[in-house]
Amino acid sequence: MSTHDPANDIKSEAAKAYAPYAPAPVVGAGETYKSVTSRIADICLRRDTPNGWIMGFMIAAGIWFMMMFSIAWLLYWGIGTWGNNIPVGWAFGIINFVWWIGIGHAGTLISAILLLFRQKWRTSINRFAEAMTLFAVASAGLFPLLHTGRPWFAYFLLPYPNTLRMWPQFRSPLDWDVFAVSTYGSVSLLFWYIGLIPDLASLRDRVKNGLARTIYGFFALGWRGSARHWHRYEIAYLILAGVSTPLVLSVHTTVSFDFAVGQLPGWHATIFPPYFVAGAIYAGFAMVLTLMIPVRHIYGLQALMTDRHLQNMAKVMLLAGLVVAYGYFCEAFYAWYSGSTWEKYMMINRALGPYWWAYWILILTNILIPQMLWIKKVRTNLFFLLLISTSINIGMWFERFVIIVVSLHRDFLPSSWGNYAPTRWDVMLFVGTMGQFMVFTYLFIRLLPIMSIFEIRTLLPESKVKEHH
Amino acid sequence: MTHPTLAPTHPHGIPETDLFGYLAEFSSAQALVDAAEAAHKAGFTKTDAYSPFPIPEIDHSLGIRRTILPWIILSMGIIGGSAGFFMQWFANTVHYPLNIGGRPPNSWPMFIPITFEMTILFSAFTAGIAMILMNGLPKHYHPVFNVPGFSRASSESFFLSIEADDPNFDREKTMEFLKSLNPLEVSEVAP
Repeated sequence: MSTHDPANDIKSEAAKAYAPYAPAPVVGAGETYKSVTSRIADICLRRDTPNGWIMGFMIAAGIWFMMMFSIAWLLYWGIGTWGNNIPVGWAFGIINFVWWIGIGHAGTLISAILLLFRQKWRTSINRFAEAMTLFAVASAGLFPLLHTGRPWFAYFLLPYPNTLRMWPQFRSPLDWDVFAVSTYGSVSLLFWYIGLIPDLASLRDRVKNGLARTIYGFFALGWRGSARHWHRYEIAYLILAGVSTPLVLSVHTTVSFDFAVGQLPGWHATIFPPYFVAGAIYAGFAMVLTLMIPVRHIYGLQALMTDRHLQNMAKVMLLAGLVVAYGYFCEAFYAWYSGSTWEKYMMINRALGPYWWAYWILILTNILIPQMLWIKKVRTNLFFLLLISTSINIGMWFERFVIIVVSLHRDFLPSSWGNYAPTRWDVMLFVGTMGQFMVFTYLFIRLLPIMSIFEIRTLLPESKVKEHH
Repeated sequence: MTHPTLAPTHPHGIPETDLFGYLAEFSSAQALVDAAEAAHKAGFTKTDAYSPFPIPEIDHSLGIRRTILPWIILSMGIIGGSAGFFMQWFANTVHYPLNIGGRPPNSWPMFIPITFEMTILFSAFTAGIAMILMNGLPKHYHPVFNVPGFSRASSESFFLSIEADDPNFDREKTMEFLKSLNPLEVSEVAP
């Protein structure tokens, strides 16, 4: 520099002064196209499988077999092996369905909504969250299918030509659910796969093993990174994000209609759709954090899944948690303000009835403990963050337990009151779906890139170019 | 800076009639965009660029016009939504009217959720499938894959191709032109 510009001094002074307040970078310093590619691709391309992976996979597979066994038992003996009976006709089958489908919302939320808001930090967590969505929806879908009692007739739920001229009941929220969840599952799979195509091409070009190259190559569809292809790809991906955004909001809205359209005190409330959607975001982000904190530690991905990602997710979680708390407040307020005997009784029964402990576990794990996220020291401590997100996972399960079981067991007439307890088959099926979820997660980590490699390349400073006109 | 070299993929060079074109490798996205612009100014039209991530700034130099894909998606979305609504209307008013809570047969507000889901389903799958088909994929064989270094296009390198059926293509002059752009390497592409 031969000439000295005083303006530059001022700029660099200002940059220094504001440095502590600037957001932390989303990619660690010193990364290049090549280092990013190999850092992510080598997790799945390494020849030797880590012992920790094998052990974890075996445990998960064992739990998964327990699920298979409980399903076989259910199909042999029938729904009577479950604990639900009148008046609690909906119990574990629906609690677990709603719990899993709620968890399954984070993937599309992170991928689609944050893409539309141009939140660049989403890039290193969206692939993992999308995969989590798929596995959660796969677990969720099992419950209503099995709850039909004869899942081999589940196609009755779909409109198909038949000699009885029968149609599904299109005015029922339960049928809307069939359309919403199956659309959500298939669109999430498509969104995930479209995002994977360029990365599958990277794996195809790096892998040494011939069979693996054939398989990756087959699914990469012959992607060669042509500028003409990228152009259409980017537009298609953006539109997919655009249509997935209302979709993700509609799914839990429809799930909430299953309850809100019913007349039962504790269900019949207009707050349900927004409160369910916020709950889904809450549960989904909590599950992403629960899985991501260990994964990033085990695979040494701190440079790509930075602390800033975890902080941002903790903040989104705190916000969604406050909306959920507002939902609980509204339920209590409606009970008082409605002046209805049954509504008031529902609220008192929740807090002081036979299942009082479920309600207070819910308030503790879902509302009180997460308030610690206000404190920056807690938010930035990974151990506490992991504990809080686990607490939210538990709390969201109890939320559905309270809404479903506690509302159903005391309805309008005392003569039809009853109690509910799950059987061991209920518990085995529920715990078993967690094993299934973990099996799929383990396979995903081993076989596919857990972050979107090509999108992370665009975050590197050298990917910025000047345009010619 | 590596000296630009001619790396023939065929021991005696590829016969003129069979040559797909030339492929020049660059080390940065900016170099690729600059080279594409130079090729555009030199009058080449049958060009393409290959990069490990999307570079929208290059579209102008390669003569890429905005795709009609969004319109296809919009029309399929409208078709999907209409089909979803029609199905419910037909089932409940014509084919098998059911009295549900005394509502009229065509109680359209109750049909909106499924209409909405069908709109999304059709648009999303059109977006994915039409994008793949318009890109000419799946296509597991393409001449550029013959170039040994092309596997770097999916991780760290940037390639510009000028195809032999370009009206301005000339075996010697185009090679000279590509070498003048300061590439890492220029390769002949076997068909």
